[in-house]
Amino acid sequence: MEDVLILAIESSCDETAASVVKNGRTVLSNVISSQIALHTLYGGVVPEIASRKHIEKINQVITQALRDASVTLSDITAIGVTYGPGLVGALLVGVAEAKAIAYARHLPLIGVHHIEGHVSANYIEHPDLEPPFLCLIVSGGHTHLVIVKDYGEFEILGRTRDDAAGEAFDKVARAIGLGYPGGPKVDALAREGNPRAIEFPRGKLSDCPYDFSFSGVKSAVLNYLNGAKMKGEEVNRADIAASFQKSVVDVLVDHTMLAARDFSMDRIAIAGGVASNGALREAMEKACRRRGFRFYRPSPILCTDNAAMIGAAAYYEYRKGTRHGWDLNAVPNLKLGER
Amino acid sequence: MKILGLDSSGLVASVAVVQDDLLLCEYTVNYRKTHSQTLLPMLDELCRMTELSLEELSAIAVAAGPGSFTGLRIGSATAKGLGLALDKPLVAVPTLEALAYNLCGMEGIICPVMDARRNQVYTGIYRFEGQQLVTVEDQMAVPAEELLEKLNGYGEKVTFLGDGVPVLRESIGLLKVPCTEAAPHQNRQRAGAVAALGGKYFKEGRIQSAQEHRPEYLRVSQAERERKAREEMKRESETESTGENQ
Repeated sequence: MEDVLILAIESSCDETAASVVKNGRTVLSNVISSQIALHTLYGGVVPEIASRKHIEKINQVITQALRDASVTLSDITAIGVTYGPGLVGALLVGVAEAKAIAYARHLPLIGVHHIEGHVSANYIEHPDLEPPFLCLIVSGGHTHLVIVKDYGEFEILGRTRDDAAGEAFDKVARAIGLGYPGGPKVDALAREGNPRAIEFPRGKLSDCPYDFSFSGVKSAVLNYLNGAKMKGEEVNRADIAASFQKSVVDVLVDHTMLAARDFSMDRIAIAGGVASNGALREAMEKACRRRGFRFYRPSPILCTDNAAMIGAAAYYEYRKGTRHGWDLNAVPNLKLGER
Repeated sequence: MKILGLDSSGLVASVAVVQDDLLLCEYTVNYRKTHSQTLLPMLDELCRMTELSLEELSAIAVAAGPGSFTGLRIGSATAKGLGLALDKPLVAVPTLEALAYNLCGMEGIICPVMDARRNQVYTGIYRFEGQQLVTVEDQMAVPAEELLEKLNGYGEKVTFLGDGVPVLRESIGLLKVPCTEAAPHQNRQRAGAVAALGGKYFKEGRIQSAQEHRPEYLRVSQAERERKAREEMKRESETESTGENQ
């Protein structure tokens, strides 16, 4: 069979990214232009600034991705692009650019769900991983526990009722003065702290054991800080970071293990930005080892937003015959499993 | 020489191809529909109707701002993608120059106006010397009243056009010179004008690479504006407090 080369484009939030992926699993190039430094000034991603940066960078990033892969557009089989969920203005840059390239070069266009991309990041480094498997998706905007039944087919078991896991990390980071982006900063500081120093609540929901809630633990951290401030007590920020992180990680691991047991899944994967969190990776690995499950996780560079994962997902969509028209639009609140 | 024109800077979505001195095809829709969904299908239709292969193009001209931030980026990203895929240069045509060019050859002052919200309009002041567009005042974002004062200074008849004309009506009493409004087929963005003017600029060598092109917003983002205001306030209060200390 002839090789399928996907040129993939991702611009859903604050990274402008392009990648060339061969046959869904081999990354020939993976270029990411990050805007983190720019948004740090504002304590979070500013949609209009992100969109402006995307349009400045996008051609350079795509050209670099083709060059790094030592290919030209003539070698490309299809164009894959993230069309949701995400920031609408940011998504639109990638979508308009991808459509124009595909149209001008008579190439098939494949719109990819951003989260399907995150899940697919696992295929890149694990040639043995094939559906079905259980996947925990945790990022700044999403917390989903899903069974990946087939490529691009998901059964959602649980989701967050309020904040996404990454959002809770960002808010707590801001509260203890770590700034943006919160995840990696909490992770780093937590290494110096005692995870058992403070008992923060674990969000449990009685009606759906696989769902998540992180607003409780976030509020508990804020209350703890307020209480200490009123009493004029010094707080140990490392202990707060470590204890907060443990309470989040415990819930993520518990729910995943519960679902694995209930649905007889013995292959567990994690995906999304928070999947690069050191404590989560260690705890999930330990829990899987104890039960004899195989554990899969992408390298940290493939956990954060990137286009290689979009290329991997687009490949399997391409194989299934998914093709989008020239009227493809950005869908900021695209649901997982929707086309 | 074939020039493709794209304009999605406002409510209108428009694509056109101009070949030398002839408009081959123009497709303009002034209907509330997402440009992201309409612009490329419109281009596809244009190519089919005129049996145009994009490889024949000399350049891609795009209305490069000001305008709706998102609308501008849809047009620019489309132009950049085409430019990258076809290895063709881009011509960034200022939105207000293209609008003024709708009235090519008209006597007097030409004043295109776009609604910029926040009590401002995007505008510019132009005139024609024969068929040559002359910029009297370059495109800008100003309050309607300020624009009308400027126009009084020229003491000449003004022709207005654009979606910002209704914004002027409230304060039109301030205008002391005669004025008219362009006819319906001339008073909104048209890619034919973008392509025609783009062709002139192309011949003058005013081209950009697809990579370097970006829209001209004429305005920073709200977040940047507010941050600047905060910093200025902080600086002022600091100077005040040092003043007290002295």
